Amino acid sequence: MIAEIGHFSLLLALGVALAQMILPIWGAQRGNQALMRMGSSAAQAQFVLLLIAFSALTVAYVTSDFSLLNVVQNSHSAKPMLYKVSGVWGNHEGSLLLWVLILALFGCAVAVFGRNLPPDLKANVLGVQGSISVAFLLFMIMTSNPFIRADPAPFEGRGLNPILQDPALSFHPPFLYLGYVGFSVAFSFAVAALITGRIDPAWARWVRPWTLMAWMFLTLGISMGSWWAYYELGWGGWWFWDPVENASFMPWLSGTALLHSALVMEKRDSLKIWTILLAILTFSLSLMGAFLVRSGVLTSVHSFATDPARGVFILGIMVIFIGGALALFAHRAQMLRQGGIFAPVSREGSLVLNNLLITTSCAAVFIGTLYPLALEAVTGDKISVGPPFFNATFGPLMIPLLIAMPFGPFLAWKRGDILGVAQRLSVAAVVTALVVIAVYAYLARGPWLAPLALGMGIWVIAGALSEVAFRAKMFRAPWEEVFRRLRNLPRAAYGTAVAHLGVGVMVLGVVATTAWQSEKILAVKPGETVNIAGYDLRFGGVAPSQGPNYREQIGVLIVKRGGEEITRLHPSKRLYDAPKTATTEAGIYASWGGDLYVVLGDELKEGAFTLRFYFNPLVRFIWIGTLIMFFGGFLSLSDRRLRVGAPKRARAAPANAAPAE
Amino acid sequence: MVRFFTIVLLAWLMAIPAKAVEPDEILKDPVLEARARGISLELRCLVCQNQSIDDSNAPLARDLRILVRKRLTKGDSDGEVINFLVARYGEFVLLRPRFAPHTMILWLSAPILFLFSIFAIYKAYRRRSEEVAAAPAKALTAKEKRELTKLLKQH
Repeated sequence: MIAEIGHFSLLLALGVALAQMILPIWGAQRGNQALMRMGSSAAQAQFVLLLIAFSALTVAYVTSDFSLLNVVQNSHSAKPMLYKVSGVWGNHEGSLLLWVLILALFGCAVAVFGRNLPPDLKANVLGVQGSISVAFLLFMIMTSNPFIRADPAPFEGRGLNPILQDPALSFHPPFLYLGYVGFSVAFSFAVAALITGRIDPAWARWVRPWTLMAWMFLTLGISMGSWWAYYELGWGGWWFWDPVENASFMPWLSGTALLHSALVMEKRDSLKIWTILLAILTFSLSLMGAFLVRSGVLTSVHSFATDPARGVFILGIMVIFIGGALALFAHRAQMLRQGGIFAPVSREGSLVLNNLLITTSCAAVFIGTLYPLALEAVTGDKISVGPPFFNATFGPLMIPLLIAMPFGPFLAWKRGDILGVAQRLSVAAVVTALVVIAVYAYLARGPWLAPLALGMGIWVIAGALSEVAFRAKMFRAPWEEVFRRLRNLPRAAYGTAVAHLGVGVMVLGVVATTAWQSEKILAVKPGETVNIAGYDLRFGGVAPSQGPNYREQIGVLIVKRGGEEITRLHPSKRLYDAPKTATTEAGIYASWGGDLYVVLGDELKEGAFTLRFYFNPLVRFIWIGTLIMFFGGFLSLSDRRLRVGAPKRARAAPANAAPAE
Repeated sequence: MVRFFTIVLLAWLMAIPAKAVEPDEILKDPVLEARARGISLELRCLVCQNQSIDDSNAPLARDLRILVRKRLTKGDSDGEVINFLVARYGEFVLLRPRFAPHTMILWLSAPILFLFSIFAIYKAYRRRSEEVAAAPAKALTAKEKRELTKLLKQH
C-alpha cells in the first residue's frame, strides 16, 4: 500500500513538473501574472510529492519490504538500520529518486526564498528547473522505476555491497547530489536570463548564493568520498583520478571558476558572456557525470550496449539541455552589452587568470577522462589514461594558480598596483622562504622539489592571513581600531580569506603525504616488532570475531613510541554473508603529524601474516583543508549582502562597514 | 553516486581490495626495488578497473609485478621493461599514453586551449579598450551634476 502511494506520487510529480515547465514560461511571454505565479505553487507541490515518494521507498527499505524488486536487489533483513536507510540511495533507481528529490528541493527553495526576484525572471527560472525535472522523472519512470513489484516476493533480499556499508559513505551521495543538482539553479538562471535578455549585476548577485551553496556541498561530498577511499580501500591513497572521481571533480572546478567570475559580474558588470557560459557548462558537466556513471560507458564503450535504454535516454537528456542552452546562448550572446573595462593588473584581471587556469585544468581532466572512450569508439584502439597523465597535465596548472592566489584579494578593482601588493605580501613571502629553508635543512629524504611545493601551501596560508591583517590595519594602528576593523570586516571578506586558507592547508597535506610517505611491507609473525616513522609496532596475532552481518579476522598491534604504549591498532579482514564479499578495514592511528596506517594481509606459512605499514605525514590536512574551504563558503553565504533572496535589503546594508571591496 | 558504481564493479572484480605488493616479491636491492615500484605505478592492471599493478592484488597484477622485477634483475633499463610489456599486452597497459599521432589530441589539447585562451583574452581586451577609447566621453547631464554636488557635500 505504502509503495503504491509512493508510486502514485511519483507519477503525479511528473504531471506537476510538466505544468511547472510550461505554464510559468508561457505566462512570462504573455505577461500573465497568474500563470507566472503557478510556477511557485508547482515547484512546491512537486517537492512535496517527491518527498512522499522518497519516504515511501525509505519505509519499504526500513521494513525490508521484499515485494519491491529494488529492495530485493539491494537490501537484506540482517543489515544494520543505518545501511537499510542508506541502501535507498545505494543503487541506480533509488539514487535517481534522491537526485530528482533534491532537484525539486532547489526548485522549491527558489520559489520560497526568491520573493524579491523580478516575476518574469522567477517564472522562467522555475520553468527551466521544471523542464529538468520532467526529463529526469521521465527517465526514471520509463527505464528505472524503483517501485516495480517482485512477483512472487522472495523471503530474503540480496543485500547491499558490503564495501558501501560505511558511515561516511552513507552520507556521501546526498552531499554530492546537493552539489551536482545545486548547479542546476545557476543553469536555470542562465537560461532564464537568456530568454528574458536582461543580464545585469543583480543577476550575478541572485545566482551567487545558489552557486556557493552547491559548491560547498560538492566540496564536502567529494571530500567525504576521498576520505572514505582513504581508510576503506586499504592502500592509503586519497585520490585516484578514477573516471568516476573526475566526473564529480569537473563540475567542482567549473563551479569554482563560476563563483569567481560571477564576482566580477556582480561588482563590475563585466565578464557577462563568460559567466553565463560557465553557468551552463557547470551544470552540463554535472549532467555528463550522471551520464558517465549511469550509462555504463565507463568500464568500456561496449558495455553501453548492455543497457542501451538508460544510456541513450541520458544521452538524449544531455543533448537536449546542453545543446538547447548553448544554441540559445549562441543566438543571444551578442546582444549582451559589455560592462566596465579594467587594466590587466587588477582584481578583475586576477579573476580572469583564475578562470583561465581553472577552466584549462578542467579541460585537461575532461579530455583525459573522455579521450580513451572517444578513441575506442572511433578507431577501436584501446589506451589507458591514468594518474601519471593527470599529474603531468593538471599539476603544472595548479602551480601558477597557487602562486597567484594571495595576490588576487589585495589587488584593487579596475587598476591594481602590483608592487604595492608585493610589498604587503612581503611578510608572507619571508615566512614562506623560512619554512622552505627549514624543511630543506631537516628533511634530507624525498624529492628535492617537495619543500618548494610545501612552500606553496605555506604561501597561500600566509597570504590569506596577511589579507585579513592588512584589512584590519594590524601592527599599523592602535589595537582598539584593529579590533573594530576586524569586527566590521564583511563576512564575505572573511569567507574569501578562510576558503583560500583552506586551499593552502589542503596543499600541505597533499604535498607532505605524497612526498614523504613511508611504507613497509613485511611478513610478520606474532610477537615480532616492526619500526616505522619512530613508532614500534608489536604484532600480537590474529583472532576471529563475529559482526552483525559478517565474520572477521582482527589483528592486534601494540604501538609504542619511546618505550611507552600509545595505542593498539586493530586492522581486520571481513567476510560478509550477503553478498559474499571480503573487505579490509585498516587500523589507523591519527595524529597531527600524520597517520599510522596498518593493513592486514593474507596468512602466510608458519603463522606469519602479510602486514603493510604506512606512515602518511600530514594526511589529515587534506580533509581539514576541505572543511575549512566549506566553512569559508558558509561565512560568505552568511554575509547579509549575499543572503539568499535578499538583494533588496542588501542594498541598504550598513554604511559603516569597512570599505573592504 | 560517484564512487558507488565504480566500487560496485571493483568489488566484483577482485576479492580483497588491498594494496598488493607481497613481501615475497620485494627485491633485495632497494634501488632496483624502487625502480620496480616506479614502473609498477605506470602500468595498468589489465583485468581491473583503472588500477595500477602496484595497487591491485589481482593474480595477473602479481604476475606482472614479478615479471617487471625479473626483467630488472636481468639488467633491463626501465624503458626496456616497459617496451617489453607493451609488446606483450599492447598500449592499453600504459597508464601514461605515449605521445603518438593517435594521442596527439589527448596531450596537446589542454596546452593549445591554454594558449588559445590567452590569445582570445588578449584580443578581447584590446578590442574593448579600443571601443572605449573610440567612444567619446559623455558630458554629465544637469541632473547628474546636481546629484554629484549633493553627494560631495555629504562627505
